[in-house]
Amino acid sequence: MQFLIERFPLYLDGAWVTVQITLGGSALAFVLAMAFGILGTIKHWLPRAVATVYVEVFRGIAAMVLIFWMAYVLPDLTGYRLDRTFAAILAVGLNVGAYGAEVVRAAINAVPKTQVEATVALNLSWFQRMRLVVLPQAWAQMLPTFGNLVIELMKATAVVYLIGVVDLTAIARQVRDATGETVIAYMGALLIYFLIAQVLIFGMRLLERRANRKLGRTPPGGTGLGALLRHPVVPGAGGGVSG
Amino acid sequence: MIWDFEFTGRILPDLLGGLWVTVQLTVIGYLIALSLGLAVAVVRRVRVVGPIVHGVMEFIRTTPLLVQAVFVFALVPPEISAFTVGVVVLGVHYAAYTAEVYRSGIEGVAKGQWEAARALSLPVSRTWGAIVLPQAIRKVIPALGNYLIAMFKDTPLLFAITVVELLATAQRIGAAEFRYTETITLAGLLFLLVSIPSAILIRRLERRYAAV
Repeated sequence: MQFLIERFPLYLDGAWVTVQITLGGSALAFVLAMAFGILGTIKHWLPRAVATVYVEVFRGIAAMVLIFWMAYVLPDLTGYRLDRTFAAILAVGLNVGAYGAEVVRAAINAVPKTQVEATVALNLSWFQRMRLVVLPQAWAQMLPTFGNLVIELMKATAVVYLIGVVDLTAIARQVRDATGETVIAYMGALLIYFLIAQVLIFGMRLLERRANRKLGRTPPGGTGLGALLRHPVVPGAGGGVSG
Repeated sequence: MIWDFEFTGRILPDLLGGLWVTVQLTVIGYLIALSLGLAVAVVRRVRVVGPIVHGVMEFIRTTPLLVQAVFVFALVPPEISAFTVGVVVLGVHYAAYTAEVYRSGIEGVAKGQWEAARALSLPVSRTWGAIVLPQAIRKVIPALGNYLIAMFKDTPLLFAITVVELLATAQRIGAAEFRYTETITLAGLLFLLVSIPSAILIRRLERRYAAV
């Protein structure tokens, strides 16, 4: 324990980089997921094809391959050398965005058809329909899966040390190389990753509750602070399987 | 010329060798994930032990596989090969996911089924083995399929404990010949070559079981 406490500031620096990449990557993934997810729900074949290509390509390539490609191949092909942290954010964002796009598409398609018919009857434009009726309902549906994706993304950032970014894993490596204590050095990193994950999960649950409240629904698991900390009730546990 | 085809042809056999290691890791790891995940899902319903197992699995699920692999590799005696450690870590990591999938399946089994088993005074083993699990597992087959692809794409992480699979092979060749463009791009294409057909296959499986 003493070993880790002495090196805590070092770990904190690494954790901060990990958090930055996680938040940056999540922001990018969110924008991409929304854009391509909505494209995937449009009737015309062209936007749908674009969305499918994006999703299949970036889901199919491992995030790590993508990170390597951004760091080593892209400079060769284009002559531009991306900042390593930025390359990392881009790679994880593109990868997780592809998963998110599927979630967004499914959530929008799951909004009851009568809701859409009502907007047609009210003569709302496509933008009004999306913004006022469809997305707020789909949003509540997407959030639980987004929560899982944010954790996935955070875990995926562990590979960025391979292209020279000094994140939490890189710090664990440095400590290992300096002291030879692999087990303790990596245990420290694992614990901090776990803590970051718990904070992210807590934050996503807050968002979820807000989304449900705005729709006038009781958040799953009940109200009150206790419900936030408890393990969430799986929506549709009566038979629906998601994941 | 940016892309060298002669070089591409020369490195392809090595990369295919790497792909074979990747496939082995995935398949064996998947079998571990499927069986261990089921065990965890069942044990989670036991009093005291359940929450502890759940806590451990939650820790495994929310921390990076890469760090876990290095941690475990340092923990076990050196006789155990990196491949073995890699397969086990990969399998256990994904068991944390499959356990959740099985759990949702088990919770989806109607309460009357449990009650009927109880009324017939079936032993616990028969209740699980003949009533609950057959119904639960059938329902979650499509969801389990997705993890096969996810694991396939996570195998490169084992590179951190010197398992030489597809990406590590590409990386080695790239470093030796100082040509990353062909090697890494080809590695990416090979990943797609396996993962896209598997995705199509799983989607078909999904449709088949969804109809039941």
